[in-house]
Amino acid sequence: MLEYVRVFLVGGLICVLAQILIDKTAMTGARILVSYVVLGVILSGIGVYQRVVDFGGAGATVPIVGFGHALAEGTKKAVDETGLLGALTGGLTGTAAGITAAVVFAFLWSLMFKSRQK
Amino acid sequence: MNNADYKKYTTDRAKRSSCLLNSVKAFFVGGFICCIGQALFNLYLWWGADENTARTLVSVTLIFAAGLLTGIGVFDKIGKFSGAGTLVPITGFANAIAAPAIENKTEGKINGVCSKMFVMAGPVIVFGTLSSAIYGLVYYIVTKVL
Repeated sequence: MLEYVRVFLVGGLICVLAQILIDKTAMTGARILVSYVVLGVILSGIGVYQRVVDFGGAGATVPIVGFGHALAEGTKKAVDETGLLGALTGGLTGTAAGITAAVVFAFLWSLMFKSRQK
Repeated sequence: MNNADYKKYTTDRAKRSSCLLNSVKAFFVGGFICCIGQALFNLYLWWGADENTARTLVSVTLIFAAGLLTGIGVFDKIGKFSGAGTLVPITGFANAIAAPAIENKTEGKINGVCSKMFVMAGPVIVFGTLSSAIYGLVYYIVTKVL
């Protein structure tokens, strides 16, 4: 149960920070997503984000910052295995399932559903 | 307190409370989505997946669900309520791809669905891969060259 409290706190706080940025600085959703992904790569690269993941579990991996973490982890692993080439192959290898799922399912949904006029 | 002061006072208060309220909503919805993620993660572990596989499956499941909710028009309603609470989790990324794909299907498969899919996700993928490539170069220099 305590595990879920930690997940809730970490995930919730990451979302609150984004909400405050949206309300106070007029950053758009797209900018938030881009900033968070880059932030995830940086925090993961300097070794901080793995600690957040160890503490917050899905609270740290489900937010888009975790996507940046997955990019960095994939890169690190690939560089360890194949050297410099890994810098080009690792990021997308680490996130391949997420990106492919998003694209494949989105195509499927676009066949099944009609757009709604607001 | 004259009229001008009062107006300033009320607009200040309105802004502050709406930011606070938005933050509370984002906190609870965002935290809740992450808890669903954790529950799925534990479920996949229990089914015998290793940690990395389970984590990937959680992302895929949430992406599937968010896209489906986008298609039936529910995601939009939740998103209006929760703001960053649904944007920041991987659900927001899935919605950013699924919504324009569905929205632009009348323009055809190539120019509508497939090209508009990346209107919002494109920058995320570009900046993500760009920063991971830079990180890879730095990591290579630090660990193998120095």
